[in-house]
Amino acid sequence: MRMAAWLYLILAFGFIYLPVGTLVLFSFQDGTLPVPPFNGPSLQWYTEVLADDDITAALINSLVVAIGSSAVAVVLGFLAAYGLARHVLPGSAIMRGLLIAPLTVSYLIVGLGLLIVLNRTGIGLSLFTAGIGHVVINLPLAFAIIYASMGAQHENAERAARDLGASEAKVVLLVTAPMLAPTLAAAFFLSVTLSWDEFIIAFLLTRFDITLPVEIWSMLRSGLSPRLNAIGSVVFLISVTAVLILEFTVLRRRRS
Amino acid sequence: MNAGTGTKLGWGFVAPALLWTLAFFIVPFLVMGAMSFATLEGRSLVWGLHLDNYIELATRAYLWRAILVSLEITVTVTIVSVVLAYPLAAIIAFRVPPQWQRLALLLAILPFWTSYVVRSYAWLLVLAREGLINQALMNVGLIVEPITLANTRFATVTGFVHFFVMLLTLTIYANLVQLSPNYRRAAADLGANAVQTFRHVILPLTLPGIATGAFLTFVLCIGDYVTPQVLGGNNELTMPQVIMVQLGRRADFPLASALAIVMMAIVTLAYLASARWLRLDRV
Repeated sequence: MRMAAWLYLILAFGFIYLPVGTLVLFSFQDGTLPVPPFNGPSLQWYTEVLADDDITAALINSLVVAIGSSAVAVVLGFLAAYGLARHVLPGSAIMRGLLIAPLTVSYLIVGLGLLIVLNRTGIGLSLFTAGIGHVVINLPLAFAIIYASMGAQHENAERAARDLGASEAKVVLLVTAPMLAPTLAAAFFLSVTLSWDEFIIAFLLTRFDITLPVEIWSMLRSGLSPRLNAIGSVVFLISVTAVLILEFTVLRRRRS
Repeated sequence: MNAGTGTKLGWGFVAPALLWTLAFFIVPFLVMGAMSFATLEGRSLVWGLHLDNYIELATRAYLWRAILVSLEITVTVTIVSVVLAYPLAAIIAFRVPPQWQRLALLLAILPFWTSYVVRSYAWLLVLAREGLINQALMNVGLIVEPITLANTRFATVTGFVHFFVMLLTLTIYANLVQLSPNYRRAAADLGANAVQTFRHVILPLTLPGIATGAFLTFVLCIGDYVTPQVLGGNNELTMPQVIMVQLGRRADFPLASALAIVMMAIVTLAYLASARWLRLDRV
């Protein structure tokens, strides 16, 4: 029974790591096909990928969209969470529901709706419109995470600051935001990870200045290639880094 | 209510996020809903309350078949993922020493953070004609000719199951570790064996974790375009694939919108079916 459990654990991890392991291993392939037998290791595909202007441009675009849209999502989410947690507002349950609503709809539908409106209004597609779409999907998460940690324990410090004559803006900026810093960081990094990997909205809402997942998508048409392995491994590495930073900040918050 | 702060000020804090959601989510969504009742006459769009698109969805074979294919794939993926994820979550929760559990869980869901596109491509490397599995099977001598694994429903389901096993392991594990060990002790004291304890004690108590994960699986699976497009090929199309075909080649936005509305209706039904056990706030 005990043996069976460990065997299952090993098989499950094998299944979970099979694709990503193959991806990374054959990114070091010395040859033009990322399939067995493995000849290598060779870094030629990484040097080729990094020298490719289209790919580096797409990589920078992705980072810009991820960081920009996450910053907007966290700021808007934080302000809304503060407003709803600290002020008694009529219809606050409905507003919370509205802010969370985009979570329940698939990305494809969010992108489709925005595409229709942008087409109708004649606003051209760009990196900026993709960023708008990414804020739509990340704002509910950022809001939910920050709202959940707006505990009453911070309220006394805010009240004290107010009694000492701080304006509301000062309370928010100098008292509430610093106290919630780990949560804000967690929301930000989660948002960056999701935006960085996001394909369908970026695909529908960009035209010329595309993001990395869209660039990879267009490379997919020419079939298996170690270049794709190399670039996929880079994307994975960046995601993992963001997740580990997220884990670290969440862990630190739990301990404090 | 705080001293010195008014409702107006509160509105000021909520307004930016609310306006953003209204302008870029609610309004586009309503326009999409209206679009599903419009029709195309030649290349020009005619607004109105036409049911043409919905009638087309019900009568044209390649459209209603896409709805069926999506449902079949999604239900298969949800069931297989739950069955595979449950033992993994249970082993991590009950067999792995407590100080290693967090690390085991983190490792078990790390590839979850690979982008859809990259993950699907990675499965293509494994399943392709000249890919890892075929080469391995031929080297061992189990097969002589490569077998077709990619561009099949099997490949789509495999890619999906891989992703959702990780998601479900997370939600089921979260549920399992909340259970007090006293339940298991009590069941054992009353003479239940391991199987009975699982069936009558553990399983019913973890239904919320299963339902939450299964619902998320259902929603994300039915709405995904990338996995079936990369791994399933074009032998049979799912709803998102048909939506993308309508947007691309044919620029038929009304039909695409109607299909999107149908997809949302299915998700709503799935929500109502599982609402009894859902604990979305605890994920």
